[in-house]
Amino acid sequence: MEFHNNLFIFSGLALFMILAAMFAVTSSRIMRAATLLLFVLFGTAGLYFMLHYTFLGAVQITVYAGGIVVLFIFAILLIGKGSIDITHTSKLRYLAGLLSALSGAVITIYLIDSTAFDATHFMGKDVPMKSLGLAIMGTDRYNYILPFEVLSILLLACTVGAILIARKK
Amino acid sequence: MDFSIITTAIDNLLRSHLPEQAAILTECVLVALCLVLAYVVLAIVMIFMERKVCAAFQCRLGPMRVGYWGLLQVFADVFKMLIKEIISIKRSDRILYALAPYIVVMSSVLTFSCLPFARGLQALDFNIGVFFIMATSSFGVLGILLAGWSSNNKFSMIGAMRSGGQMISYELSVGLCMLTMVVLGGTMQISEIVEQQLDGWFIFKGHIPACIAFFIYLIAGNAETNRAPFDLPEAESELTAGFHTEYSGMHFGFFYVAEFMNLFIVAGIASTLFLGGWAPLHIPRLEGFNTVMDYIPGIVWMLGKTFFVIWLLMWIRWTFPRLRIDQVLVLEWKYLVPIGLVNLLIMTICVVAEWTF
Repeated sequence: MEFHNNLFIFSGLALFMILAAMFAVTSSRIMRAATLLLFVLFGTAGLYFMLHYTFLGAVQITVYAGGIVVLFIFAILLIGKGSIDITHTSKLRYLAGLLSALSGAVITIYLIDSTAFDATHFMGKDVPMKSLGLAIMGTDRYNYILPFEVLSILLLACTVGAILIARKK
Repeated sequence: MDFSIITTAIDNLLRSHLPEQAAILTECVLVALCLVLAYVVLAIVMIFMERKVCAAFQCRLGPMRVGYWGLLQVFADVFKMLIKEIISIKRSDRILYALAPYIVVMSSVLTFSCLPFARGLQALDFNIGVFFIMATSSFGVLGILLAGWSSNNKFSMIGAMRSGGQMISYELSVGLCMLTMVVLGGTMQISEIVEQQLDGWFIFKGHIPACIAFFIYLIAGNAETNRAPFDLPEAESELTAGFHTEYSGMHFGFFYVAEFMNLFIVAGIASTLFLGGWAPLHIPRLEGFNTVMDYIPGIVWMLGKTFFVIWLLMWIRWTFPRLRIDQVLVLEWKYLVPIGLVNLLIMTICVVAEWTF
């Protein structure tokens, strides 16, 4: 087998993500866990960029790294250091965690096993932004105008709710 | 002048001596080295410029002792910073404390690599270029939050929270202004955006909405870089030095350099989206003038425009007094965001009705 950069990059990213994910779960300090989660999300974005799906990669960074993790960190900062105790958990929680982890692993392995990964489907180049935009806003078959609009209404509802909670009486 | 001639020549040279994959790897390393080098050199130029511009606005001379006209002052400062001890804080999270400056620098270098300096002289040119810039510049705030939290100091923490709230808010306006220009250009690819401005910069093509977007971008960009009049995160009279109070040596240096380079990036994006990037100034029906302008290389145009915008931002910085935190948020959420949204709509109408030049 010849040396290929993609293999090198993929193994690097995979190793990085697995290590970061493991430390994120096992770390007893919540802030470190959030930061390690950020690294896992960066790794995922890196995978998307490797597959030339730059749009999804950028969305991954904007929404997860720039949005969700910032939100997590803000929440942790506002709650305060002392109020979160993740070192002592009940046995029931351990069992539930173990069960959900196992079922997740089983589903993932089953999906990987049952899907035929066809190398010819890999485009090897960027998806043009224009076709993505037309697919999101299109009304034809396999276009996404309805989910897009539903999501906008959901977002609007969230915004209104947030303003209602935050405003002064 | 097309820089892709040089890059293609280097590419061919490497490929003729090395196997293909090794050549690509070498090129990646070379590009990274050039980027970091340009990043540092520009940062040094900008720190010197800030001190001199500040001095000029305050009727002083600025640094004059080290070297002729104070030219070696910044090098002396960098040397001082390099030999300073990096201290560790009691009862703080050491790993996050050490990591935070690197997150800030990483975000800023990634954004920096998208700037087009001349035709073919651009490290990252995705078809989603503008969106990628928004994405990479959005996680710099994480480094600031982590720095404030891991310093185990309430002043750092307040500074970081202020910075976080401010940067997340003003990101919205920056994004809206960028989107306005994307609507005008019809593309997100940076190189294509510049190509379209060869026969007229977007600020002229998009006339009124483009000018409004440019002004909002300058205000929001100033706030994004945490500079006066939006420098509450490090308001030194109340918070010592904000989120980097507890940092010393090169860790502080990273924050400092990233702050200056974020200013450069904001100005660079402004000159790319509004003032034509490396596109020379062309006036329709003035062939002689246009030919003369074409002889000035693109990199001179790009750097010239960028430093002009930087000078504008420095002028703002050394002229206006600092805002209060509630004024900062009111300015963003009650004025800039609604104006930006309406402006986006106006631009869309102009583009659809073909009221652009």
